[in-house]
Amino acid sequence: MTGQHVTGPAAPALEAIDVTRSYQLDGVTVEALRGVSLTVGRGDYAAVVGPSGSGKSTLMHLLGGLDRPTTGVLRVGGRDIAALTGDELAAVRNATIGFVFQAFQLLGRTSAVDNVAMPLVYRGLRRAERRRRAREALERVGMGHRLDHRPAQLSGGEQQRVAIARALVGDPQVLLADEPTGNLDTRTGMEVMALLEELNRNQGVAVVIVTHDLDVAARAHRQIRVRDGRLEPTPAPTPTPDPTSPAKQHPGRPTERHLTGEVAGRGGTSS
Amino acid sequence: MRLAEAWRVAVTALRANRLRSLLTMLGVVIGVAAVVVLVAIGTGAKQEVENQVNGLGANLIIVVPGKLEFGSAPTKSRLELADADRIGRALGTPGQVAVTLSSGETVRFGNNSAFSTVNGTNPAVPEVFVRPIARGQYLRESDVDTRRRVAVIGSGLAATLFEGADPLGRNLSVGGVRFRVIGVFASVGSSLGSDRDNEVHIPVTAAQRLFGDRTVDAFALKAPSTDEIEGVRATALAVLADRYPDEEFSAVTQDQILGTVGRILGLLTTVLAAIAAISLLVGGVGVSNIMLVSVRERTREIGLRKAVGARTRDVTLQFLLEAVLLTTIGGILGIALGVGGALGLSAAFDQLPAVITWWSPALAFAVSAAVGIFFGVVPARRAGRLEPVVALRSE
Ligand SMILES: Nc1ncnc2c1ncn2[C@@H]1O[C@H](COP(=O)(O)OP(=O)(O)OP(=O)(O)O)[C@@H](O)[C@H]1O
Ligand SMILES: [Mg+2]
Repeated sequence: MTGQHVTGPAAPALEAIDVTRSYQLDGVTVEALRGVSLTVGRGDYAAVVGPSGSGKSTLMHLLGGLDRPTTGVLRVGGRDIAALTGDELAAVRNATIGFVFQAFQLLGRTSAVDNVAMPLVYRGLRRAERRRRAREALERVGMGHRLDHRPAQLSGGEQQRVAIARALVGDPQVLLADEPTGNLDTRTGMEVMALLEELNRNQGVAVVIVTHDLDVAARAHRQIRVRDGRLEPTPAPTPTPDPTSPAKQHPGRPTERHLTGEVAGRGGTSS
Repeated sequence: MRLAEAWRVAVTALRANRLRSLLTMLGVVIGVAAVVVLVAIGTGAKQEVENQVNGLGANLIIVVPGKLEFGSAPTKSRLELADADRIGRALGTPGQVAVTLSSGETVRFGNNSAFSTVNGTNPAVPEVFVRPIARGQYLRESDVDTRRRVAVIGSGLAATLFEGADPLGRNLSVGGVRFRVIGVFASVGSSLGSDRDNEVHIPVTAAQRLFGDRTVDAFALKAPSTDEIEGVRATALAVLADRYPDEEFSAVTQDQILGTVGRILGLLTTVLAAIAAISLLVGGVGVSNIMLVSVRERTREIGLRKAVGARTRDVTLQFLLEAVLLTTIGGILGIALGVGGALGLSAAFDQLPAVITWWSPALAFAVSAAVGIFFGVVPARRAGRLEPVVALRSE
């Protein structure tokens, strides 16, 4: 299928090179991203933090191939998305990325298992096979007992678990979660985080999560700080980050390439 | 599999908005029903006419003076009784050419009277037309030769005048002249607007005297087989052309009559059905409208589907199927309503014979599916073209 990566298993799952994204709004150009380079490797676990309107969601959409950069190069699953048609990109997303949204985005009239099975429709799998895999995915997130429930019959935490199962069902390389705990209370949010971390640890799925919650951000292996459409330099990952000063400036300003290369882990430094 | 899933999603979506779906279908239901009813009645009328024309007899040729054209005034006849013999001789079948000279006259018996069509004819009539006699006998050659005042009357007229008594041998008055009843026709119903059970047949010679006329109106011939119709027709016209070189005559066959009547009825049916089809179009616009609403309502769903891998055509197909489902269900309901309505109407009114042909529901179904595609394509393409990000961000 078109979604297979072409540059071998060593290629990073996601790679952004100096990407910008600007919007035309009533004749005014809004620059949401102003040149961001970033690599997400296999098994990565990164938190994207930054003030509201800084461009976090825009960045996530680009990384997930939901949107195309205005300038710069973006590789998803090793493929430069500029070379892909919309439909090809859809296939790449389907094979490579799992999305988790703040508002869950479950289909209201559809059972949990069919919600989870939905991405597999677009892989051309048979219904029985889709449901089998969906059941498995739901069991992995601890929702095996709620297969036929509809979203309205589930709690917020349960809905987000179903949404995570849906993101997982296609065995993606990366889970992109934009404020996945934003609609949940603290405890449920932590449960969802624990689930994401477990998936990251045990199944090697890279996890990138946007959050405003510093406790949530602190658990990631690294933090990507966004401000005014740029990445801010962050200190090298520390085992015990200081939650009281998340926006602490690092005096020595490493290049972004350096930054990403350092935190992307294995095979991240290509320069 | 994607198609199956698209169907499932479409059905779910329509079910979720049952009332709205039903109301949207209504335009299509009414449009299809109206078309089916009108086509059924048009077809019924046409078939009724065919039955009547064919009921006259097989392989008939009617010879009349003048050019028989739609809208042209009838021509005064110069045909004579002797011309019938000439044509008969030319065809080798003397005595097989029916003549007619008709007029409306008041017919009386005792205190009862009726206004009926009085046909002056000859004994060839039962040979040419299907005109079974219930009682007594038909006119004979000698009756024509001797201008005998005898009459054969229709069963309806017999009932009106004689009220159940035996008419045979009784004298009735036709236009003030006494005629003796020698036969009664079996009932044949009406044909092309005239009640044939109300006719009186008298010898053509007696009719000429009664009406003060020396001509006859028309001849009727019967070809031995369908293949020979053209030959008989040509011969008859040739004989007349020979005798009346500067006059025109027409010889019409049943096929020509049916063709003309059929064209008129067909045109009428088409025009009515086209008017009814306008409501189908209006229904289609309603479908388009609701589908646009549906696309808007489900923008996030579309965004989500695209985010997880739906291609443009997957989404387009899903919404197109929804529109087609809407109109075809409406079409099926409309066909049911139309067939029921047509049968109900024809049961309630004798004058409205409805005939359901297989093709009209099939066509109605195909048209409603086409309406769905036509009016669904714009909303469906709009859905398919939505950018995943834009769709997901929408509230
Ligand atoms: N479709 C769009 N058209 C115009 N401007 C946009 C569009 N999408 C985003 N922006 C602008 O781009 C900037 C970044 O938006 P983005 O949603 O990425 O911020 P964010 O960091 O996710 O904020 P938040 O934390 O509130 O979710 C904002 O100024 C926003 O107004
Ligand atoms: Mg955001």
